[in-house]
Amino acid sequence: MIAYIIRRLGYAIPILIGVNIITFGLFFLVNTPDDMARMQLGVKRVTPEAIASWKQERGYDKPLLFNAAASGLDKVSNTIFFEKSLRMFVFDFGRADDGRDIAREIRMRMGPSLAVAVPAFLVGLFVYITFALAFAFFRATYIDFWGVVICVAAMSISSMFYIIGGQYLIAKLWHLVPISGYSGGTDALRFVLLPAAIGVIAGFGGSTRLYRAFFLEEISKDYVRTARAKGLSETVVLFRHVLKNAMIPILTGVVVAIPFLFIGGLITESFFGIPGLGSYTIDAINSQDFAVVRSMVFIGSLLYIAGLLLTDISYTLVDPRVRLS
Amino acid sequence: MNSNFARKLHVWRLLALPLILAGCSGSTWNDPYPAADAERNILYSSFAERPKHLDPVQSYSSNEIVFTAQIYEPPLQYHYLKRPYTLIPGVAEAIPAPYFLDTKGRRLPAATAARDIAFTVYEIHIKRGVLYQPHPAFARDAAGRHLYHTLSDGELAARNVLADFTETSTRELKAQDFEYQIKRLAHPRLHSPIVGLMNEYIVGLKEYTETLKAANDGLVKRGERDAWIDLTKYPLSGVEVVDDYTYRIKLKGSYPQFQYWLAMPFFAPVPVEVDRFFGQPGMAKKNLTLDWYPVGTGPYMLTQNNPNRQMVLERNPNFRGEAYPSEGEAGDAAAGLLADAGKRMPFIDKLVFTLEKEGIPRWNKFLQGYYDNSGISSDTFDQAVRFGVEGEAAVSDSMREKNIQLSTSVAVSTFYMGFNMLDPVVGGGADPASRERARKLRQAISIAVDYEEYISIFQNGRGIPAQSPLPPGIFGFHDGAAGINPVVYDWVNGGQRRKPVEAAKKLLGEAGYPNGIDAKTGVPLVLYFDVTARGAEAKSILEWYQRQFEKINVQLQVRPTDYNRFQDKIRKGNAQIFEWGWHADYPDPENFLFLLHGPQSKVKTAGENASNYASPEFDRLFEEMKNMPNSAQRQEIIDRAVDTLRRDAPWLWGYHPKDFVLFHTWYHNLKPNKIAYNTVKYQRIDNAQRAERRRAWNTPQWWPFALLIGVLAAFAAPAVVSWRRRESGTARGTARA
Repeated sequence: MIAYIIRRLGYAIPILIGVNIITFGLFFLVNTPDDMARMQLGVKRVTPEAIASWKQERGYDKPLLFNAAASGLDKVSNTIFFEKSLRMFVFDFGRADDGRDIAREIRMRMGPSLAVAVPAFLVGLFVYITFALAFAFFRATYIDFWGVVICVAAMSISSMFYIIGGQYLIAKLWHLVPISGYSGGTDALRFVLLPAAIGVIAGFGGSTRLYRAFFLEEISKDYVRTARAKGLSETVVLFRHVLKNAMIPILTGVVVAIPFLFIGGLITESFFGIPGLGSYTIDAINSQDFAVVRSMVFIGSLLYIAGLLLTDISYTLVDPRVRLS
Repeated sequence: MNSNFARKLHVWRLLALPLILAGCSGSTWNDPYPAADAERNILYSSFAERPKHLDPVQSYSSNEIVFTAQIYEPPLQYHYLKRPYTLIPGVAEAIPAPYFLDTKGRRLPAATAARDIAFTVYEIHIKRGVLYQPHPAFARDAAGRHLYHTLSDGELAARNVLADFTETSTRELKAQDFEYQIKRLAHPRLHSPIVGLMNEYIVGLKEYTETLKAANDGLVKRGERDAWIDLTKYPLSGVEVVDDYTYRIKLKGSYPQFQYWLAMPFFAPVPVEVDRFFGQPGMAKKNLTLDWYPVGTGPYMLTQNNPNRQMVLERNPNFRGEAYPSEGEAGDAAAGLLADAGKRMPFIDKLVFTLEKEGIPRWNKFLQGYYDNSGISSDTFDQAVRFGVEGEAAVSDSMREKNIQLSTSVAVSTFYMGFNMLDPVVGGGADPASRERARKLRQAISIAVDYEEYISIFQNGRGIPAQSPLPPGIFGFHDGAAGINPVVYDWVNGGQRRKPVEAAKKLLGEAGYPNGIDAKTGVPLVLYFDVTARGAEAKSILEWYQRQFEKINVQLQVRPTDYNRFQDKIRKGNAQIFEWGWHADYPDPENFLFLLHGPQSKVKTAGENASNYASPEFDRLFEEMKNMPNSAQRQEIIDRAVDTLRRDAPWLWGYHPKDFVLFHTWYHNLKPNKIAYNTVKYQRIDNAQRAERRRAWNTPQWWPFALLIGVLAAFAAPAVVSWRRRESGTARGTARA
């Protein structure tokens, strides 16, 4: 397995380089270094000299990808792409355009993102599987029918509705938790309760319906019929056999999502004032801060690769027939 | 208590555990602040966008200056209550009276004409005994050496935030600190937005910029890109420290508006010790920079800088105190704004600004009493404000129930639609006849586009139609009949009335486009409007503009683009008609009229004249007016300049927005000041009243939980019965069923 993991990590390098090139290309397709300078310096009284000085100081006065004026290796290395991208592979993200250290900012913001995302993820998983199993248990009854109807209705509603509705009912009308904000330590509980609950509710329809489908597929298989024929109760059949065998498709979606918990939710963080990585990314895009955008895309790619690798490894844990080679 | 009831109560407690936990930390459950602060003398406000810079050489945005203005004290400040805006001393002893020199350095009489003045000198005397906030940069050991100025890597390793530097001290404000800050304007790594402007005025600053750039380039070549540059080693000829409490700034020529710059944080003092402290290697890596941790002499100091969540300022224990003003404008006393006259400021102990990106939570928290004041978005306008029969704005009934008050003021801003005068159709080119045609075309459009309607529909009535670039509150502005733009309005029955569309059509015909058709070619006139894409909301505004042009049978084609491309088009002169705005830096007509000064053309000189308007007559009047003190003579010149502008109509003058601010009844001494930002020290909070109102408005509601549990039980009960039946049923029984 170790050889497999090393090989997969080796594959990650060209993927990360490719992602970097695409991010770089897309960003500079719509933003020039002059635009970035203007965004940082403001629109009032900015002189061409100030823009030139900002670009020079930040290293944006060089060619983007190829330096025709340079000689030898400098043609490639004396470029914005090379200078800004190479350091990321040793996790040196440098400074944001406003001068602040990106790695430090990421470390600061990871906690609040996880504080909301992890409870929502764990509670959500438990709730979705529980309800999906219940619907499977009561398949073809009014419970299953209305459960699916509710799921379809719930997944048809925008997450914005849950957020605004939740804030209105729970926080504004019933005065039970703060509408938005964040605090450290145990006091954080008051602030993460509502966004985490809304995260669970917003994902309820789609996930429960999907897991129900996985369970129903398993229930129709021969080994389930055999288990029932042995005289096992339906509860035992569901929990000991169906649930276990349905875990492979569930894991495919779940494990790959685990690393993304670090990234946080873009809209949720914005509405609830959670100072996490999601809002950091949005702010960076809005302020055309390439240093932050490329760092967050790099981390996102890395986490995605890690998520896929974890998924593969998790298969071996739930299904002994799977061997990584 | 019987056992059954006790058991039920226990179940309820378990169900409510998270909420009980939540309730432990606050007097009301939805209170976003610590319970211990519930009755403290704290101002709660919000900010929508994180500040980028808190260094006074860089900070220029209103979302930044709201913090820096409470911390840094420039030599001058604006009177809080008086209108028109009046400069008063800040940390300066008095408003400096400039004196003038000729090219040989000889003193000139005060009445010398601006063109004969070679240099202007501002000699500024600062107050004695002004102390900086406590800061580790000032801390010294027993031998008098600075404790934290030569930290080793090991010493720095354990320190990540400013609080990790346990020793703090202070020192008295010196004239040298002002000199140091002016030098910092030229620092090549700080990119001050005003260095380009100041290079034109402060003697030697341009050369100083070059000197520092060379010094910085030398460091970069030696691989010391982040090494601290000691500006005390590089003299600046235009700034002279006379003694510890006096310094002089020497300007080229005459620039009376410079006194307004002296009221901005750009000219606030920065002590060299602080720059030295933050300039140490490794500090920036930990975000320990002056840009992050401002250090000033003002009434407040920044104690928590987390722009991702909360910015907290607390009373500076070393602040000398100032007296609340004892005079203002008419009506201030009746409004209670002089009730605290003569009392020592600041009144509030702590300011908590919370990042609130979205309008809905911000608004709801204001209604719950967790923010002391709030702006009004379009979404909530109808809920908050109603207009009376006379058109006066007042709070709605629901706001009045909560004793919420409304404050309105016209901003010293202008939003306009500009014509690119380099464009052959709307500008007219070089031929005088073509220019005359284009002028009439612009005048026709000025009449056709009904900004009264625009303000009513899209601004909820929050604005006044502009008659020129000058907003109310700025010297040169006229109210009433004398102030109307005669090209667009008539004065009828004591009020301004927009000229009829027929007048616009007549002008259009004279311009060579009868009924919107080019008389020469027979082709319908199509104009192009460059706008920044603003989503779905913009669509209705743009369609409205098109309908306004259709009134005179002119087709308006909208060219949406992103802001970067839009700016690029304006810089290169590729736009034909565009929309833009300006907010005053200082309350002087020069700060608006320069937007149409020919030599400041955006295309030709990268200046701020986005229309590229060039009128020799206007330019002459502007140059004559800009160096004059406010007087009847200056007013007369401004009137002539404005008349020229109105006749040429390089802009549709658009509107001056009105700011509406709601505030709770416990928030006192709130008077909108559109120029000054150091206003928190004047304001006062009745925290006992606020705490009482918050409790009354935020009583937790339990019944939804009971309802939820009941509904869940109602749904679950048949399922549980069914499950039990299945689990206990036999094959025979199941088959029968």
